[in-house]
This record gives sequence, C-alpha cells and structure tokens, in this order.
Amino acid sequence: MKYESQGIAKLYFIAAIALFVGQILFGVTMGLQYVMGDFLFPEIPFNVARMVHTNLLIVWLLFGFMGSAYFLVPEEAERELFSPMLAKVMFWVFLAAGALTILGYLLVPYARLAELTMNDLLPTMGREFLEQPTITKIGIVIVALAFIFNIGMTVLTGRKTVINLVLLTGLVGLAVFFLFSFYNPDNLVLDKYFWWFVVHLWVEGVWELIMASLLAYVLIKVTGVDREVIEKWLYIIIAMALISGLVGTGHHFFWIGTADYWQWLGSIFSALEPIPFFMMTLFAFNVVNKRRRDHPNKAAVLWALGTAVMAFLGAGVWGFLHTLAPVNFYTHGTQITAAHGHMAFYGAYVMVVLTMISYSMPLMRGKKAANMNAQKHEIRSFWIMTISMVFITLLLTGAGIMQVYLQRYSADPLPFMVVQDRLAHFYWAREVAGLSFLYGLFLYIYSFFAKGEEAADVE
Amino acid sequence: MRETFTKGMARNIYYGGAVFFFLVLIGLTVDTVKRLPATDNRENLTEQVAAGKRLWEVNNCIGCHTLLGEGAYFAPELGNVYTRFGESTEAIKAFIKFRPVDGIEGRRSMPQFNLTDEELEELAQFLKYVDGIKTARDWPPNIQG
Repeated sequence: MKYESQGIAKLYFIAAIALFVGQILFGVTMGLQYVMGDFLFPEIPFNVARMVHTNLLIVWLLFGFMGSAYFLVPEEAERELFSPMLAKVMFWVFLAAGALTILGYLLVPYARLAELTMNDLLPTMGREFLEQPTITKIGIVIVALAFIFNIGMTVLTGRKTVINLVLLTGLVGLAVFFLFSFYNPDNLVLDKYFWWFVVHLWVEGVWELIMASLLAYVLIKVTGVDREVIEKWLYIIIAMALISGLVGTGHHFFWIGTADYWQWLGSIFSALEPIPFFMMTLFAFNVVNKRRRDHPNKAAVLWALGTAVMAFLGAGVWGFLHTLAPVNFYTHGTQITAAHGHMAFYGAYVMVVLTMISYSMPLMRGKKAANMNAQKHEIRSFWIMTISMVFITLLLTGAGIMQVYLQRYSADPLPFMVVQDRLAHFYWAREVAGLSFLYGLFLYIYSFFAKGEEAADVE
Repeated sequence: MRETFTKGMARNIYYGGAVFFFLVLIGLTVDTVKRLPATDNRENLTEQVAAGKRLWEVNNCIGCHTLLGEGAYFAPELGNVYTRFGESTEAIKAFIKFRPVDGIEGRRSMPQFNLTDEELEELAQFLKYVDGIKTARDWPPNIQG
C-alpha cells in the first residue's frame, strides 16, 4: 500500500462482506419459502425477504465498488485521496441509510414504510430493485455525488491513467442513470421503459466499465504485464460492452407494449453482448500466461480468472440463452431469468469485488499476501461458492425449462401454482446448493483470520 | 493483440462507439415514446387506475408477482389476470380480499393487505388497464401467464 488514504477501503470492504452474509441468509430463507410456502409467514413474507435479498446485494456491491475505488484511485493517480475525511463520513452515512432502510423493510409493513417516508410527495417506491423509500434514494444520490467528487478530484489532480478514467466514467454513469429512479409515471409502459435505464444501463452498461477497470488493475498488479497491453484490452472490451449493450437494452422491450422493431434490434444487439465478456476471459488468461512475475497472492489471481470465466458464463452464455425474441417469448419472467440473474451477478460483480478484496486486503493489513493457510481456505471458499452457484444456476435452469414447457409450451398449459408444485424437486436441490454457498461464504470469512506460514515472495 | 492495432485505435473505437450508440438509443427512445399511444392503453388511464398503480407499488406486489413478465417469479403473472379471471374485476377483488391472515399451512399465500373497498376497486381497475396494453404477439403466450 503506497498511500495511507487507500486504507479507507478496508472499512468499505468489511461492511460489504457483512452485508453479503445478510444477503445470502435471506437468499436461503427465500429458497425455503419456495418449497415451504408458509415458512416465516406472515412475519417475513416472500416479497420482504426478496427485497432485502436484492437490496442488500446492490448496497454491498456499491460498498465494494466504492472501497475498490478508494484503494485503486490514489495508487493510480499517485497521490493521497482528495479528502479521506469525506470518504469516512460518507461511509457512515451510507451504512446508516442502508441499515435503516433494511430495518424499515423488516419491521413495518411496506405500505406503512411508504407512508412514514412520505412516498406520496414523490412516489418512487415499489418497483423491482428500486424499492427504497424516496428519502433513501435521495441519500444514495448525495453519497454518490460526494464520492464522485472525492474520486474525481483525486483523479483530475493526479496522474491520469486509463484505468482511473474508465473507472471514473463508469462511476459517473452509475450516478447519472440512477436519476431515472425518480421518474415514475402513471403510464406503466413508460414506467417500465425508463426503469430499464437504471437497471439495464447499470448492469449491462456502466457497471461493465467499473468491472473491467477493476479487473485490469488487479491483473497489472499480479502479473506485471505491461500497462500498454492491458489498457488496449481494456478499451476494446468496454467499447464492445457499450456498442452491444446500449441498443441491447432493447431485449427488455419485447413484451411491455413498446414498438415491434425492438424484437429485431434487441435480439441482434443483445446477441452481441457476450462478446465483451468472452474477450474478458481471453484477456485474463492471456495476461496471466504472459506474466512477468509470480505474485505470492495466488488467491487473488484465481479470483481474477474466475471472474472472467464466470462473468462470461453467467452474463454471456446464460444471457444469450434466452435473449432472442422468439425464445424469450416463452422464457420471459420464468425461472430461466432467475438462473441467469444469479450467475451473472455472482460471476461479474460479486466476484470482481471479491477479487479486489482478495488483492488489497493483505496489503492493507501490512502484507503482500495472506499466509499460506489463509490462502488455502480462501481458495477452497472460492471453489465452494462458485460450484454452488453453478448448481443453483443449473437447477433453476432445469426448473425454468420445465416451467416453460408445462405452463407455456405444451398443448394443455397448466396454471402457475400447479406447475410450481411440480418443480419442487428442483427447488429443494437448489436450497441445498444455497446452503452450500453459505458454508463457502463462512469459510471465506474464516480465511481472513486463519493463521499460518507466510507466503513465499518470489519476484 | 497485434502491434498494428494500437491503443489509440482501441480508444477511438471506445469513444466513437459509445457516443454513436448512445445517440442511437436516444433516437430510438424518442421514436418509441412517440409510438406509445397506439399500444399503451392510455385512453383508459384514469385517476382510479393511477391510484391503483400506487397501491400496487406501496404493497410491493412486484416482490412476488410478475407484471408483463417483470418482477419476482414466486407468484402468478398478473398482466393478463383480468382475462384469466373471466374479465371480472369482482373476482380479482374477492381474491385479494379473502386472503387468510395467517396464510395457508405448508403453501404459498398472498398476505392480507386489509385494503378498503375503494382501494380494492382501484387495484382491480389498474390490473384491468394493464391487461389492455397491447403487447407484441399478445404476450403472455397463453392465459396461464
């Protein structure tokens, strides 16, 4: 760690991991509710558990992105963070806002929360992933602005690297597109259309910029490959991400009452969306093969390679599976979507944050890499979480294929709930995979505390 | 990558591609919004429907159901529930109204939201309006949603 202010990232990462645990606990709760419908009912109905599960994911990934930026930007810019104090204050503001919001979901009925937070003044609640009270959304904007100001000033007054500039562009995009969450017209078609300007342009747009720049940074550090080479890859990957992903938004406009031409545009452009992820995989393996040093942090290298592969599988392959309009006609809004969502979020965004944590945490604790025993546990947790997620995805895909056939494709379509009962075996197996993921997560946390022989540093 | 393909070229593809396709997206958005009146059932978007949409939101219905295929996948699609329930807002209202407070043993159950008769009517009218939106190929594929 070259600059003292990079250490602020540690706070953000600890919060991220803690919220990650919360997310998975609610995940396995929902998994059980899929097969035991009355589990925790009416105290924590499914919709509340799901809101907590998805919102915790978003919040902890944002903590992860912010922590990553605080660690990476000063080093790239070759100066201390513009204002370490602002970064610390905003950490507590964001944590308090996040915690209060989650408590609000759990402790009072959602309609009451809407009333308490005066949703009527500017109604923005109750839309998928944007369930946060309006006041929380305003808080998110304030935190994001302060964060971007802090990072932006550091970048602009320091050395400007491609990684820093791409990361900054991604973060500004994140903040700008979030503003669409305040637009909630009564017209449902308009509402849905612009809702995707937050959701799609985040996860299939600007977040890919953030992801690619974090991955590029870690790869420079652990492989020692020439920056010029890595920056060229970075540019071409994010170019393909935006060229395919911007008009690719159209794959969400097939069935919501928008013009028919989206069937063609959405299919063609979103079919190109796997390309940047495939290039990321090529990129990661390429630079690791050409490495000029063997970094003692083996776990970080594994996470980086894993991110590239799993993002390609989850976002690329599983996205492509159901992105063509004639296929999506049958699969839209089934367990196929859930399968894709799980592996894409894990592979792309969870894993890239864990890659950054894996690389930076030992440095912030005054070592180049964690000890051998800790790394052994971390690597084991990598495999357990990743393989569990593969199973969750395969099982949900199986459930989805059966659901599509029974409910939508067969000559004699069955009602939703009848079909759900027939999928119970898939859901039970998915729950087992979910519990295995949770075990992997605990092992991951344990790895930070495991003692053992120091890693050999062979430069 | 080959040396003939320089970083400068990669950067230009990034900036050029991003700006160009962002402008394409904006252009398509303007066109799409202009065409919406033909499909979005706005002629039936009454104040009652708008109030129903708010109820839909503040009770987090999307946390279990899908609406035009978007939402959670725990409970049935409601974009065509008006048709599925025999084009009866009364049937929709009755279903919501008589959900047991403590659920149904061992099964998924919709919570009891304690809506007033007026609110039930608003919510039902909202679902009727959604059913009237003209989706491509008349999605969902069949009445089961």
